[in-house]
Amino acid sequence: MQLEIITPDKKIFEGEVSEASFPGAEGSFQVLKNHAPIISGLAKGKVSFTDAKGKHVMIVDGGVVEVKDNHIIVLAEKVIL
Amino acid sequence: MANLKEVKERINSVSSTQQITKAMKMVAAAKLRKAQDKIVQMRPYAQKLAAILNNISSGTEGDTDIVYAKERPVKKVLFIPVTSDKGLCGAFNSNILKGTAYLIENRYQDQLVTVMPIGKKAFDFFKKRDNPVINDFYQLFLDVSFENVKNAAEFVMKAYEEERFDKVIIVYNEFKNVATQLVQTEQFLPIERIQGEATDGTAQSEYIVEPSREYLIDELVPNSLKIQFFKAILDSNASEHGARMTAMDKATENANDLLKDLKLVYNRTRQAAITNEILEIVAGANALEGSN
Repeated sequence: MQLEIITPDKKIFEGEVSEASFPGAEGSFQVLKNHAPIISGLAKGKVSFTDAKGKHVMIVDGGVVEVKDNHIIVLAEKVIL
Repeated sequence: MANLKEVKERINSVSSTQQITKAMKMVAAAKLRKAQDKIVQMRPYAQKLAAILNNISSGTEGDTDIVYAKERPVKKVLFIPVTSDKGLCGAFNSNILKGTAYLIENRYQDQLVTVMPIGKKAFDFFKKRDNPVINDFYQLFLDVSFENVKNAAEFVMKAYEEERFDKVIIVYNEFKNVATQLVQTEQFLPIERIQGEATDGTAQSEYIVEPSREYLIDELVPNSLKIQFFKAILDSNASEHGARMTAMDKATENANDLLKDLKLVYNRTRQAAITNEILEIVAGANALEGSN
């Protein structure tokens, strides 16, 4: 799956991931391959994902995530690595 | 006849001014690149946000009753003129200041106008005038990050929500290209249209939307407002450096012309002095010969 994490200042991450989980506004959830298309608001919390190098964790301060056709886009105003 | 020494001094002073304008041009060019980079960095976020907003808002029927889109009778207007902190950039600042002052005096003379200047030049200009001034954010250009700009945008949005203003207008220089800046008068609030036109309406319904469309619209519309504000600031920032680059380029050119003329005068003066000297010597020699 392709994952993009974007803030207004810059693109934080772009790359291939096998798994990603998000702090959804109504509880956290995980996205795996072939997830149904979803748009979800994000609460403040941890975004984590696993790519070839291992697991990464960052903290977002709200935002929104869109998943479609194995392409995940995270829009956050602020990301703390 | 001009004094040789005076001309020499003028040549020196003009060429040292030219060095400064040249250096300033180079600095502006470097800063312009950085400013343009920032606009490029911001673009993916803005586009994706507009796309997502488009996806969810086109699925809902009718208008949402979001507070930022509600029009009220206009009694209190907030103007946000965006200028630079420093001068020496041609008509960049005066265009904005004149444009804003014109609007205040001619179109909004019956309303209560408050000004929230951004940039030191705008602050200096408006603090001398009659309109009340919000001076919390005029130093925004010290650090043009979203984090920083967001605060200003949030302040304005909150003030609008609390009905302290019924209309918010941003006046800024839009970045067209290095040489051209366009003065834009943009209504920030209330929102004139929710961003993005409705598309064919087929792809949208496939999405699972969590927690609800309304929640997301409530969440994302302020985001896109902040982005709009951020874009105006970034545009103005890039425009400023573009304008300064052009102004300094012109100044360097003018200094060149001036130097050319001065050098001509200098050479002529020098030649005249030499001719004079020779004349005197010859005359002196002749006089000596005559007396022998």
